[in-house]
Amino acid sequence: MRIINSDVLVIGAGLAGERTAIACAKRGLDVTILSLVPPRRSHSSAAQGGMQAALANTVMGEGDTPTVHWLDTVKGSDWGCDQEVARIFADNAPIAMREMAHFGVPWNRVKGGKQQVFIKGKKAEIEEDFANEGLITSRAFGGTAKWRTCYTADGTGHTVLYTMDNMVLQLGIPVHDRMEALRLIHKDNRCIGAIVRSLRDGEIMAYIAKATVIATGGYGRIYGESTNAVINEGTGSWLALQTGVVPLGNMEAVQVHPTGIVPTDILITEGCRGDGGLLLDVDEYRFMPDYEPEKMELASRDVVSRRMKEHMLKGKGVQSAYGEHLWLDLRQLGEHHLTTKLREVYDICMYFIGVNPITELVPVRPTQHYSMGGIRVNKDGQAYNMEGLFALGEVACWDMHGFNRLGGNSLAETVVAGMVVGKQVAAFANKAELNVEVTLAEEAADLERKKMDRLMNGDGQENVYALRDEIGRILTKYVHIFRTGEGLQTAVNELKIIVDRTKNVKVRTSAPGMNPELSIALRIEGMAKQAYVIAKGALDRTESRGAHSREDYPARDDKNWLNRTLVRWAEGEPDPVFDYEPVGLLDLPPGDRGYGGGHMIDMDISVDEYNKQVDPGQTTNGRLQPAEPTGTKLPKEAWRAKLEGKE
Amino acid sequence: MGRTLTFKIFRYNPTKLNDKPHVEAYRLEEIPRLNVFTALNMIREQQAPDLMFDFVCRAGICGSCAMVINGRPTLACRTLTADLPETIELFPLPFFKLLGDLSVDTGVWFREMGERLESWVHNHKEFDPQAIEERMDNETAIKIYNSERCIECGCCIAGCATAQVYPDFIGAAGLNRIGRFLFDPRDERGDQEWFELVSTDEGIFGCIGMMACDDVCPKDLPLLEVFAYIRRKVSGIAIKK
Ligand SMILES: Cc1cc2nc3c(=O)[nH]c(=O)nc-3n(C[C@H](O)[C@H](O)[C@H](O)COP(=O)(O)OP(=O)(O)OC[C@H]3O[C@@H](n4cnc5c(N)ncnc54)[C@H](O)[C@@H]3O)c2cc1C
Ligand code: SF4
Ligand code: SF4
Ligand code: FES
Repeated sequence: MRIINSDVLVIGAGLAGERTAIACAKRGLDVTILSLVPPRRSHSSAAQGGMQAALANTVMGEGDTPTVHWLDTVKGSDWGCDQEVARIFADNAPIAMREMAHFGVPWNRVKGGKQQVFIKGKKAEIEEDFANEGLITSRAFGGTAKWRTCYTADGTGHTVLYTMDNMVLQLGIPVHDRMEALRLIHKDNRCIGAIVRSLRDGEIMAYIAKATVIATGGYGRIYGESTNAVINEGTGSWLALQTGVVPLGNMEAVQVHPTGIVPTDILITEGCRGDGGLLLDVDEYRFMPDYEPEKMELASRDVVSRRMKEHMLKGKGVQSAYGEHLWLDLRQLGEHHLTTKLREVYDICMYFIGVNPITELVPVRPTQHYSMGGIRVNKDGQAYNMEGLFALGEVACWDMHGFNRLGGNSLAETVVAGMVVGKQVAAFANKAELNVEVTLAEEAADLERKKMDRLMNGDGQENVYALRDEIGRILTKYVHIFRTGEGLQTAVNELKIIVDRTKNVKVRTSAPGMNPELSIALRIEGMAKQAYVIAKGALDRTESRGAHSREDYPARDDKNWLNRTLVRWAEGEPDPVFDYEPVGLLDLPPGDRGYGGGHMIDMDISVDEYNKQVDPGQTTNGRLQPAEPTGTKLPKEAWRAKLEGKE
Repeated sequence: MGRTLTFKIFRYNPTKLNDKPHVEAYRLEEIPRLNVFTALNMIREQQAPDLMFDFVCRAGICGSCAMVINGRPTLACRTLTADLPETIELFPLPFFKLLGDLSVDTGVWFREMGERLESWVHNHKEFDPQAIEERMDNETAIKIYNSERCIECGCCIAGCATAQVYPDFIGAAGLNRIGRFLFDPRDERGDQEWFELVSTDEGIFGCIGMMACDDVCPKDLPLLEVFAYIRRKVSGIAIKK
């Protein structure tokens, strides 16, 4: 078996992975990046809308600061986030945007003078300060107090990823594309790399490194119907779950985006509603102001998706051959806006469903979009219970999103986390010693070879695609916008059977090389087990918080559930093990989000008492000690000055 | 009544001993709004489990799925079968290294192109995390963006007569990339450096200007404009010399 050594192995060449690789290479480390696809095809490139950072350059962002951004993020998370991590994020986001400008991103810029825009769905005129002309501008997004989302038309992820990858080229960091990490190599809670399969010729290799970083993005495709790229099958979070010791956090926190197009589920960016797009029902009536008089179409995503579903349940949906949907009305934005600032959206509507958004309504419905949960890490990005393993980006549960992430906060997270976590990865790799036991790599590779042999030559009968479709159907039916105990129990029961059935998959072709059916067959156990822990976590969480909305437990329950779900699943064990830990230090006490309605069950201990439980509660669950103690980056009650107008 | 489509697909697995390039036919009942992405997945799942092809975004954004469909290089994911006749021929993009069936290695070619052209902003200033960003007018930003929109799909290279004859030609995508950095005031490369980069047979002089590239580019990049700009720039520098 070929063995490839580096100081740092980064699994994933999206924004999170590449920014980490850059941070390490700039500190003199030898880095290798792996990716399923050429780096620029990673899913980050599909993000359209933009990235949040409190630059306050546009007049609609006046008075914005990282504190206001942080407040929006904590409220958006329905208090499920780690407030210190949200703070690290909000404080660094402006630096990250400016650095990306320095690297070459052609951000849209402020134009001085009068501008025609839409505010809360109505035409309005604003006047930009000429003093800010040429600085990075922003647009509105859901759940935010200010216009804060930086963008390049509706190709933000594309330009930022291309620019990031240009840096990777400049620094000469090798990217091995068409490679799939199948299993981590680890012993005694120390990770030393991964077993990797080439998707060019099927070769099995070992990549050994002092530090291993997982940056593999989301798992949306487990849902079948998803806005995610088809490669987002949860292979990265599976690497961690498979160890049996690294927990996944909050897997039941799954975001459903209000506007996937019907059919095909391709995303229509929130930037459309930010720029003035409206949601209409079967009577072409604008219904959101009735439900959310303050934020209307721009409440947080969990809330808008729920309101849409509620409205459809009242019989106000549009019936079609592809199921029920609502309308997104972009007509008032006009041809110029739609063919420049929302050009990708225009193309998607025209090419995929033959709808011209300049003159016609766009059919949309809520669609699985984002995974708040993932590999649980401390504030330095270090995985629980496993030295030498880091995770960041969508695959991680760093946890600035809690139970709902705000639009524009995820792309920004990848770059900020890349800076922050990248520094810690480099510090670790610079002082780490590595005793490579080649037999350890061989043993890990053997497990994968045996699995391949079973899939190819075993006497199983199961068709891998049928199982994949079943998993998607169950999750979409029972673990979606609204959840009930009964539905979730059904999902758990059915998924349990599917997990067992994955053992009997039979690959129908013995073709050498990448063998597409073998490739997916190798992933199916991970998909099924993750589906199971999503459903089981949702069943056990008897409250409603953010995207996790239980019809039978409609209240947010801070008395019993102000915590984070952790799940581990050891190989060969029939069942996963669930634990809970405090969400992190509370600075902004739990309160009302100001949108979404619903009621709350208050904590029965004081914030101080809660905060005392954080360190012990997280350490017992395997959190490694971060470089700085908990709380150092969370200025006490900075929000008070802001809310009282003193910041 | 729906149509029965016949897909004639190029098949060849280079890792398979004694395999020879050939064409195989698959039949499929057409369903409403069927596109080539869905069709190929249906064929793989139901009929040809070893069929290789590449899709990532399935939304016309990532550039993975370019192939030759009834003679024309284009993105498979956003090609609707309703716009095609009953017989649909699928071939891999020419020019690029074939990985198997419809899958070609555009990734490595574009990476090498990026290295050759030093596809990054050449700027000697250190980033100052405390400072506000340098200003840029919005028109310039948009101009850069319009070239930055290239998704590295390779259609323009596959459709280019010069590229088929001179494998070192940087193609429309390469020229467009040069344009992207030429437009960018942050890039400090001077006339001499640009001149050396583009005024060669692998660069702008290799281009015969029939604009097949412009015709097939799925992102409608302003290739004509960019080429004209580069030509003006190069002759400007030549005259100064
Ligand atoms: C359609 C869409 C639009 C979006 N728009 C926005 C937006 O406007 N604003 C915003 O903030 N967020 C947006 N998001 C969310 C955001 O784009 C993602 O969360 C973010 O890009 C994830 O980045 P990442 O670096 O973590 O992962 P990705 O960009 O998904 O990269 C993952 C990488 O890991 C590699 N990989 C995966 N598994 C393996 C493996 N086993 N072995 C080797 N390599 C592997 C892949 O090849 C890829 O290179 C959007 C998401 C979608 C689906
Ligand atoms: S104009 Fe013709 S020769 Fe020049 S790049 Fe385009 S296709 Fe190639
Ligand atoms: S220029 Fe157009 S055709 Fe050529 S690679 Fe870029 S997007 Fe594709
Ligand atoms: S799959 Fe991304 S462009 Fe076709």
